[in-house]
Amino acid sequence: MATTTIGGRAVHVDPEGFLTEYGEWDDDLARQLAAQIGIELTDAHWKAIHFLREDYRTQGETATIRRVTTLAGIPTKELFTLFPKKPAKKMAYIAGLPKPHGCV
Amino acid sequence: MTVTEPVPAVIVPNFNDDETGRKLAIICSKGTLDMAYPGLVLANAALGEGVETHLFFTFWGFDIITKSRMHDLKFTMLGNTATHMPQGMGGLPGMTAMTTHMMKKQIAAVGVPEVPEFLEQIVASGGHLWACRMSADMMHLDESDLYEAVEGIISAADFIEKTDGAQLLFI
Repeated sequence: MATTTIGGRAVHVDPEGFLTEYGEWDDDLARQLAAQIGIELTDAHWKAIHFLREDYRTQGETATIRRVTTLAGIPTKELFTLFPKKPAKKMAYIAGLPKPHGCV
Repeated sequence: MTVTEPVPAVIVPNFNDDETGRKLAIICSKGTLDMAYPGLVLANAALGEGVETHLFFTFWGFDIITKSRMHDLKFTMLGNTATHMPQGMGGLPGMTAMTTHMMKKQIAAVGVPEVPEFLEQIVASGGHLWACRMSADMMHLDESDLYEAVEGIISAADFIEKTDGAQLLFI
């Protein structure tokens, strides 16, 4: 398992760079991860990120865009604005979770 | 001899944000429930990957965007050997209603929305919906009969022009 250094901290990642250890993540690390992909986190971003974290903890898999829209009540359009072009993957990355596997 | 360990670069996923111009055109020509979904699922997936996506609804695929029919697409066993049921059963009264109901349940069970809601999600994700001019003329339908988010009724040539350079799927 590869490790990389984000914000002066060593974290475990998969070959693409997604975090693999749920427990290595915290809000501070999220800010650093977001900065790596050019996103500055606002309250609206946090709402999605924290939903993803909590949902993963109970479901064991990363929520898809549809799940975030229906369960967290964040409109799909807004997700595309907050996390441009690839919201599902970018949200997962910042939340320190694997890429979502669901098709829809 | 001193060996200097190279400083590993930070591993960050490549989201290909700079990559521009990938386009996908999907032609939806079938109006059965089971043949409506492949186009919608692929459109949704492409949009989630930042791909500009256009859907063209033509012939039987027109049902997917026709307000009076989009809620009521059906699935039949008839002519579909992939159900692995005796074909004769498919013609029994009520069989199409039953198989449609079963398929809708299976689709809902995997968290996939019904057709109108799925179109809504595709549009919210930036997808473009187009209706075929010839189909509209043949069926005597106009914009008022179609799902609101359809951007226009256009000719096949218009669609080909709009999707210049796109990858294309015919379903």
